[in-house]
Amino acid sequence: MTDVRESETATPPELSETFERRSRRVAAIAFVRGAALLPVIGVLLVVGSLVSPAFFTSSNLAGVGQQGSALAVTVVGEALIIMIGGMDLSLESTFGLAPMLAAWLMVPAAAYGNGASIGPVLGIVVLLAVGAAVGFINGFAIVKGRLNGFIWTLGMTIVLYGLMDGITNGQTLPDLPNAFAYVGSAYAGPVPVSVIVTVAIFVLVGLFLRYHRWGREIYAVGGNRAAARAAGIRVDRIRIGVYVAGSVLAAIGGLMEAGRLLSVASTQGYEEGIIFNVFAAAVIGGVSLKGGRGNMLGAASGVVLISLVQNILDLGNVSSYWIDAIDGAVILAALIMARVVGGEATAE
Amino acid sequence: MSADIHPVVEALGVSKRFGSTQALLNVDIALKSGRCLGLVGRNGAGKSTLVSILSGLLAADTGEVRFSGESAPPLGDISAWRSRIATVFQHSMVVPQLTVAENVFLGGLPDRRGIVDWRATRAQTRRILREWDFDVDPTVECETLTVEQRQIVEIAGALARGTHILLLDEPTAALERDGVRRLFERVRALVAGGVGVLYISHHLEEVFEICHDVVVLRDGEVVLSAPTPTLTQDRLVSAMVGDVAMPVTAARSASPAYRTARQTGAAERLVVSDIVAASSRGALLGASVVVRAGERVGVTGLLGAGVATLGQVIAGTHGYESGTIRFEGRPLPPGRPDAALSAGIGYIPEDRWLEGFIGLLGCAENMTMSITRRLAGRLGILTPSARTRAARPLAEQLSLVSRGLGQPVQELSGGNQQKVAVARAVAIKPKLIVAITPTRGVDVASKELLLGALADVTGNTGASLLLASDEFDDLQICDRVVVLVRGQVFTEFTEAPYDDEELIAATEGLLAVGRN
Repeated sequence: MTDVRESETATPPELSETFERRSRRVAAIAFVRGAALLPVIGVLLVVGSLVSPAFFTSSNLAGVGQQGSALAVTVVGEALIIMIGGMDLSLESTFGLAPMLAAWLMVPAAAYGNGASIGPVLGIVVLLAVGAAVGFINGFAIVKGRLNGFIWTLGMTIVLYGLMDGITNGQTLPDLPNAFAYVGSAYAGPVPVSVIVTVAIFVLVGLFLRYHRWGREIYAVGGNRAAARAAGIRVDRIRIGVYVAGSVLAAIGGLMEAGRLLSVASTQGYEEGIIFNVFAAAVIGGVSLKGGRGNMLGAASGVVLISLVQNILDLGNVSSYWIDAIDGAVILAALIMARVVGGEATAE
Repeated sequence: MSADIHPVVEALGVSKRFGSTQALLNVDIALKSGRCLGLVGRNGAGKSTLVSILSGLLAADTGEVRFSGESAPPLGDISAWRSRIATVFQHSMVVPQLTVAENVFLGGLPDRRGIVDWRATRAQTRRILREWDFDVDPTVECETLTVEQRQIVEIAGALARGTHILLLDEPTAALERDGVRRLFERVRALVAGGVGVLYISHHLEEVFEICHDVVVLRDGEVVLSAPTPTLTQDRLVSAMVGDVAMPVTAARSASPAYRTARQTGAAERLVVSDIVAASSRGALLGASVVVRAGERVGVTGLLGAGVATLGQVIAGTHGYESGTIRFEGRPLPPGRPDAALSAGIGYIPEDRWLEGFIGLLGCAENMTMSITRRLAGRLGILTPSARTRAARPLAEQLSLVSRGLGQPVQELSGGNQQKVAVARAVAIKPKLIVAITPTRGVDVASKELLLGALADVTGNTGASLLLASDEFDDLQICDRVVVLVRGQVFTEFTEAPYDDEELIAATEGLLAVGRN
């Protein structure tokens, strides 16, 4: 612990202008920290273009964007949960179960549906409701039931995956309605709609965290729960609300993934093991696992970094037996770099 | 012992700079065997930095630390430092799940060929405890011990390592009066046994009681170093504070509002009846208190008497099992700090690190955290500039010193952190302020300022004050002092100034001699 020297007198009023300016400077420093991964991303862009001439084509980048969007939206959800000092491993199963349940209700019995044949709009409502319900159950169990979040969501991961497998007997559900697949598959000109939606979600959540009362309360709750409580913040509500929001975002991520593939496979989410990439992107992007620290710019750069690494490995014809080892090693290296460049931001 | 022997530990010309802050400048201090040296200074004077350097946690930029005339071990060699010097910090460093004996030998359990020798561990611990007349059972787990006993375990651990230099950093902060007395006896025994003690405290009367010599730090420099008997309290305070005049406490007597209130029989603002609340830190067993409009009520008692618990129950940060709390006629639900806050109760918690602020967030944000609903526009949008606008007058009123209102509170010194916690309570324009030991760990000048600010706020706005504190000095601003004994109201004093000895007798549950 270090002493910060106190001057003996109070700051005179005429200095309050300086206060204001310095507050802005502190904010600017925080912004630069959030963008600490930009040089790394720059290096990856150079490496990518050296590895393959196909890298810098609009179709490849659009593909990376579309593929990364599903991950990115889920990362936003996990980042919010980590910021309140929690963790949710079951987001990867929600990512699969929510679109699966919706698809099961939409597609005809011949395509392994249950025959209800609900419309795509209702399907999306079902998908969001599944996300909200899972998030509420998690939040309620962890916050009100005081159950350990790690073990609880680990158990939920298996339960949700089992539900997904159980209702469809492990089948892949094809032939999703166009309106359901729109977000994940459509293009606006050269740009995938999923990328536009994802960018909008990042900007909105980012602004919400910075300028909304509840967004600030998320930082307060994550930074020091007891102090937030003493300041009159409804801590339990914020925490449960964030679990709900996180699962809804994971469900939207699942919607994008299903739309991109025009089907829901029983492997979506849990069997792919996306949760590692979700946590890695958030933490590389400077979201503190201790809670209370992180922002959307950082989380976004974490997602971009991970998506680029995977794309470069694919384009570089790396043997599929070695891809996991290299992928994991690159993520660890990125974590180290983020630690060095970002200073305290990713320290804990 | 010959006179020319080297001091057991000395700092020679030690300087340390953090960024633009010169934390220490050319500091020389020397601690001799069998002496107790007091180290005093305001918050931010450099005491913590010096302690860190002397205990091998920080490197000095220039200058050196010497033990008995020999150079200090290299910075990373923790066990070498620990065998020379032991620091007992304010916050207990024992491992609660381990036994006393394990904690005493933590990091170096006696062993036979790598196998822990439990018999020897217990026997040696018992020997050390007996030798120094420490009354603790080596086989119990430390989580069952009191704060005082944990401190004993830490001191015993130091002695077990053969350390003959003890740094005691605010050792009395969490002790009750009897505990303090026993600590002093222990320190005297240690000093008589040849141990050198560096004693750091905000309580000057403690320094006068047990220190042979005093060193005063101000702005990182030694401004006074002298044997205690040659000094007066005034001399010491002026050395700590320097040329700047001490802020004068606005009101040290009963508030005018209350005088009128008592004549007109002002409304009962807070009525606490028969509260029963379990707490590991002092349960309430049917406590009842009334606070009238504009009245300042002090609550005091021994450590386990439930003083802090009463404050927490009213502020809603602690629940209760039975009884009622009515604020302006309306009942307050148990364990709902948000309800207490929106009813108009501002809360200054006891442990500012735990409940007082969010260290990662800026000063302005922390100070206005209680009023975000009011500051936010439609749709809940809350801009940083709105926060700063609201925080600035509070910062000026409390003379907050920061590098800007956006500076994270964890970077501030202790006294300024406390000001942030106070601002958060004052920001809501409270009808009642509940403050629990607001001056703990705060230096003399800041203490006067905080008490003055509390007196000002209550005096100017007609807010009431409930001040729960075991520091009798703080209670002098109160119109009335209620004494709790074992979770119940024992007696009350209504005429300031309150006499320390009468208060002590009352807190012990003895028939108050001059009960008025």
